[in-house]
Amino acid sequence: MKKLIVIFCALLMVQLAHAVIETYEFDNEEQEKLYYEIINELRCPKCQNQTIADSDAPLSRDLRYIVQQKIKAGETKRQILAYMQERYGDFVLYDPPLQPANYILWFSPLIIFLIILAVVVARVGRREVTSEEDDTDANASPSNDKGE
Amino acid sequence: MIPELGNFFLILAFINAILLGTLSFYGAHTNHKGLIQFSHRASTSIFLLMLASFVCLTISFIQNDFSVAYVASHSNTQLPIYYRISAVWGAHEGSLLLWVLILTGWIFAVSKFSKSLPDTMIARVLGVMGLIAVGFVSFTLFTSNPFERELPFMPIDGADLNPLLQDFGLIVHPPMLYMGYVGFSVVFAFAIAGLLQGELDHKWAKWSRPWTTVAWIFMTLGIALGSWWAYYELGWGGWWFWDPVENASFLPWLAGTALIHSLAATEKRGAFKSWTVLLAILTFSLSLLGTFLVRSGVLTSVHAFANDPVRGKFILVFLAIVVGASLLLYAIQSSKVRSQSNYTLVSREIALLFNNALLAVSTFVVLVGTLHPLMVEAFTDGKSSVGPPYFNLMFSVFFIPILLLMPLGQQISWKKDDLPALLKKYVWWFLSCIFLGLLLTFGLNGFSFTDIEPMAILGTILGLWVIAGTVKYIQLQSAKSQTRMAGMRKISRSYWGMILAHIGVAVTTLGVVLTSYYSIEKDIRIVIGETVEVEGLSVHFKDFKNIQGPNYISSKAIFDVSKSGDFIAELKPEKRRYNASQMVMTEAAIDPGLFRDVYIAMGEPLDNSAWAIRVYYKPFVRWIWLGAIFMALGGILAMTDKRYREKKFKKKASQEAIADGQ
Repeated sequence: MKKLIVIFCALLMVQLAHAVIETYEFDNEEQEKLYYEIINELRCPKCQNQTIADSDAPLSRDLRYIVQQKIKAGETKRQILAYMQERYGDFVLYDPPLQPANYILWFSPLIIFLIILAVVVARVGRREVTSEEDDTDANASPSNDKGE
Repeated sequence: MIPELGNFFLILAFINAILLGTLSFYGAHTNHKGLIQFSHRASTSIFLLMLASFVCLTISFIQNDFSVAYVASHSNTQLPIYYRISAVWGAHEGSLLLWVLILTGWIFAVSKFSKSLPDTMIARVLGVMGLIAVGFVSFTLFTSNPFERELPFMPIDGADLNPLLQDFGLIVHPPMLYMGYVGFSVVFAFAIAGLLQGELDHKWAKWSRPWTTVAWIFMTLGIALGSWWAYYELGWGGWWFWDPVENASFLPWLAGTALIHSLAATEKRGAFKSWTVLLAILTFSLSLLGTFLVRSGVLTSVHAFANDPVRGKFILVFLAIVVGASLLLYAIQSSKVRSQSNYTLVSREIALLFNNALLAVSTFVVLVGTLHPLMVEAFTDGKSSVGPPYFNLMFSVFFIPILLLMPLGQQISWKKDDLPALLKKYVWWFLSCIFLGLLLTFGLNGFSFTDIEPMAILGTILGLWVIAGTVKYIQLQSAKSQTRMAGMRKISRSYWGMILAHIGVAVTTLGVVLTSYYSIEKDIRIVIGETVEVEGLSVHFKDFKNIQGPNYISSKAIFDVSKSGDFIAELKPEKRRYNASQMVMTEAAIDPGLFRDVYIAMGEPLDNSAWAIRVYYKPFVRWIWLGAIFMALGGILAMTDKRYREKKFKKKASQEAIADGQ
């Protein structure tokens, strides 16, 4: 599924075809967990569609180093993400922030679901009234399905 | 000579498609027997022409004809023969040719296996598919011709197939996926033909159902194969990234799943007819949208699309025509479509309606998440990203109720049911699932109360609940007969299909949840001869050698993995450098198991003969694909149900019915 991205990147001569494996040391397990959490949420600014965790681009390497340094310095996830957003824009955040430009992204599914629900309830309510008045079996499809 | 022949066949197929797409309609409109007969012949010939064209391209690859530009840029003399064949669909032009070949294959199949349909209906169906073929054959012919020559300056050797694609998974993944994508064109054509004909009764749904199911089966397997391929080939242990290319295939799958369910209601109860038709149109439109997203280059960036706009514009215009025209037709004709069913708020109709509403909104989530970055880039100065955190959250919100309601939806009766009585049957089963789910996740968490993941627990409970609820369903259904076995035999094949597919959904859910929350991933530094402990696993670096492959040089390491003294597996990950492209590839080594995978990928050589390697321990990861296999098997059971095999008798009956009616 990812083949196209890979092809694109191959065309762009970006080296990414292998997993990035580094061996950073951390003070404790929480720090290490936070490190993986953050590098898996930041997008490599130069690549097609990769996290800085997956990307082998030199920029991603640098960014991972910065994340590691900041975690060891005791910064929180929010601070580190804000730092990255300030330098590289919203583009680096795979978790789109809740701001006006993204309202449609976050709220439209719920609104659509509520609209569907309202339509269904309205139509079935109407149907229920009519079906009580006129309860003829409208089973137009004789089914020979025995599982029912 | 052979490439010219291929091109010639393609041109003939183009003319054939135009004839099929026009004369069939005229024949159906005037009820001209000769023209209707022609539509069947043209369906056969267009398939044979495309097959011939495809074979020509394949021969060019086998013969290493580097005067053909497409062959030169995607093959190489060192490439083994099977990859030379799969390289035919390894890039844009060839995969489009495969797309069209499969489309004409579907046209051929519809013309062969739909003898029970009224003549005018089938002619219109073939006509609609012919028009789709016109669009795609001309797209291939005019913007992406794989037979273009690179003369007189042809290269001595080819540029090689991208090493990532030199793999079994990629030989089979695209054909499967395309079978699915294009397969939805059949139900689309049925919908359009039905709208044109003004006949959208339950028979229409009955004809469309097996075709939809076949397409859905291929799509399911195609997506699963892609995910499996990404898992073992890309070397980062991921199996789904919510990448736009992945979403492009997931969108029609979700819509197709909704369609399968609403078709059931339309066939059995004559309900939701116009919604089902709309869904059929939308499903294929999403297939086309997927093709547009993948094939136009719009994903790299909106601006890249603008720089080389011919291909993208072509599909975009085609997409606009198809969607616009079919929605217009729908708007005009759908008022004539009457649903005739009565049902109350507690009924299977409503359960299916909920299913469709939730699946439709899930589809919308994926759609808006995929298109939002494109919109932002097109209409503002900024660039934004939508990634796994968004999709995982929003998709779960609408998928949790689907899982919660699934067991109840199976059992609830058509028209009217008693909700408290229904719930009462399931109460203990549900409570048991909660208990089991808590126990299982507690065990996987190493029997500790720290780092409890609520979503993991919820997902596990829901997965178990769907399995338990389905078992309960079998129990309730078979209890109606005198003996349990007799009762089981009475459940029809299509219902067994449903049972299996729903268990598949549960299995995939469990796989996704457990592997997401309980995987261990660790990057370590290791020297030959050394043993490193990784969360209870000992990894011993036994040996290292350099190997010469057919078209690459490989560094191969050998690790022994054991757990508390017990030997688990010998793993041999590789790092390959391909000769032609000089690309470096990681070949991960995996010890697969039903309950866990151990996975090692090689990183970079460090100083003093040390290597950085990544070790994964992934519980239940196989279940993700196992579930997809269950779903596909369920689909196969459903489409081979007796009532589809009895077509020949049915045909007589329906013809008599028509005769009676007139």
